[in-house]
Amino acid sequence: MREVNVADITAAIAELSMDANYNLGDDVYKAFYDALEKETSPTGKNVLEQLITNANIAKEEQVPMCQDTGYAVIFVELGQDVHLVGGDLNEAIFEGVRKGYGDGYLRKSICEPITRANTKDNTPAIIHVDVVPGDKVKLTIAPKGGGSENMSAVKMLKPSDGAKGVVDFVVDVASKAGSNPCPPIILGVGIGGTFEKVAYLAKKALLRELGSSNPDPFYAAMEKEILEKVNKLGIGPQGFGGRTTALAVHIEVFPAHIASFPAAVNINCHAARHKEVTI
Amino acid sequence: MTMKKINTPLSDDDVMKLKAGDTVLITGVIFTGRDAAHKKLVDLVNAGEPLPVDFTGQLIYYVGPSPAKPGKVIGSAGPTTSGRMDAYKPTLMEHGLKGSIGKGSRNQAVKDALIKHKGLYLASTGGAAALLAKTIKKAEVVAYPELGPEAIYRLEVEDFPATVVNDAYGNDIYEEGRKEYEITG
Ligand code: SF4
Repeated sequence: MREVNVADITAAIAELSMDANYNLGDDVYKAFYDALEKETSPTGKNVLEQLITNANIAKEEQVPMCQDTGYAVIFVELGQDVHLVGGDLNEAIFEGVRKGYGDGYLRKSICEPITRANTKDNTPAIIHVDVVPGDKVKLTIAPKGGGSENMSAVKMLKPSDGAKGVVDFVVDVASKAGSNPCPPIILGVGIGGTFEKVAYLAKKALLRELGSSNPDPFYAAMEKEILEKVNKLGIGPQGFGGRTTALAVHIEVFPAHIASFPAAVNINCHAARHKEVTI
Repeated sequence: MTMKKINTPLSDDDVMKLKAGDTVLITGVIFTGRDAAHKKLVDLVNAGEPLPVDFTGQLIYYVGPSPAKPGKVIGSAGPTTSGRMDAYKPTLMEHGLKGSIGKGSRNQAVKDALIKHKGLYLASTGGAAALLAKTIKKAEVVAYPELGPEAIYRLEVEDFPATVVNDAYGNDIYEEGRKEYEITG
């Protein structure tokens, strides 16, 4: 049994909240440069150049790359040989969000759903805990903007819809989203599981490094097929027309019930933020 | 690519010179406003009361900036989704507003109002919030301070980049651009 004080978790979450919002990942930078080479629309190229400059400014000045600094979605991989001491894990994470969003000049965007009253400190956070072997705690934060989240969808397909059913559904979601989720986008796709599991898979898929493929060649081919189809839609950077509508498609799969075939698409914008640390 | 420089406030002539797809650099004053401020403005119009700001010839930028770091004029300030303001824009255009800046498509009522009142809908790059903030030289609250980041700010901008999405001729770059680059089959 290894003891971990939750105060360390608070400090790590505060740090990660700022890091994720200020410093765009190298994988996204690379995807921008690759897209810039392939993009044929002058307006599209101009947008991609702005996104690169924007990420540079955010990094240099340590300011948020996007004013929507998101809902703090936190994934915890909790080693089963860890004994957490010093307080409540959930509260420790919330405190980290409070501190990170306060000290880091990040926008507080969380409110009561009906009255719309702002909670003023960006809490609560969305917390997903996975208990895993080992004596470490891995924390991942993925601040999620509202514009792209609003364009996401879950569909309970029929088993007879097959692979084509999933491909058509994902392309349709991207097509209807159009200019709203700040393209270029990243598509996180969940296939299988249950109603709630499939949405979780789609979100988790967004954590994968851009440029990586699903380890199963069948799903890797499906990712490629969807990406090609989405980029044929012509939506382009910011929806002004162009070849770069999506930077990547990531699929996560889980076995389904014999009667069900759930699929989910979680759209992420180019401000694809996620940072992790292991304690 | 060529960028057209424009200065606010805009005249009918300025508006009629611009076409959907044009990329512009805006210099002058622009006002901010999101959902809550729009609701208050339109409630005033409906009650027959005067507006707190003279919007004649002006543009409203749909933005809810992040808090400003010490020493900065404003925090990161990129556009928010415009569709949420569709219900309010035609009314404000009847009261002199020339247009707005946001991201994402507008409904037919807004497009019709742009033709009727000679107006524009522009988009700035969603998510390029740190870059856009650099073009904002001054920011002050002019109405509804109680709304915090949703208050109406008067911004002084220099070469603020945006693209004309809907012009006063009924063109829409989201539709046309997509058609131009779509690959069917
Ligand atoms: S969709 Fe993404 S890039 Fe666009 S405003 Fe929201 S968080 Fe920012």
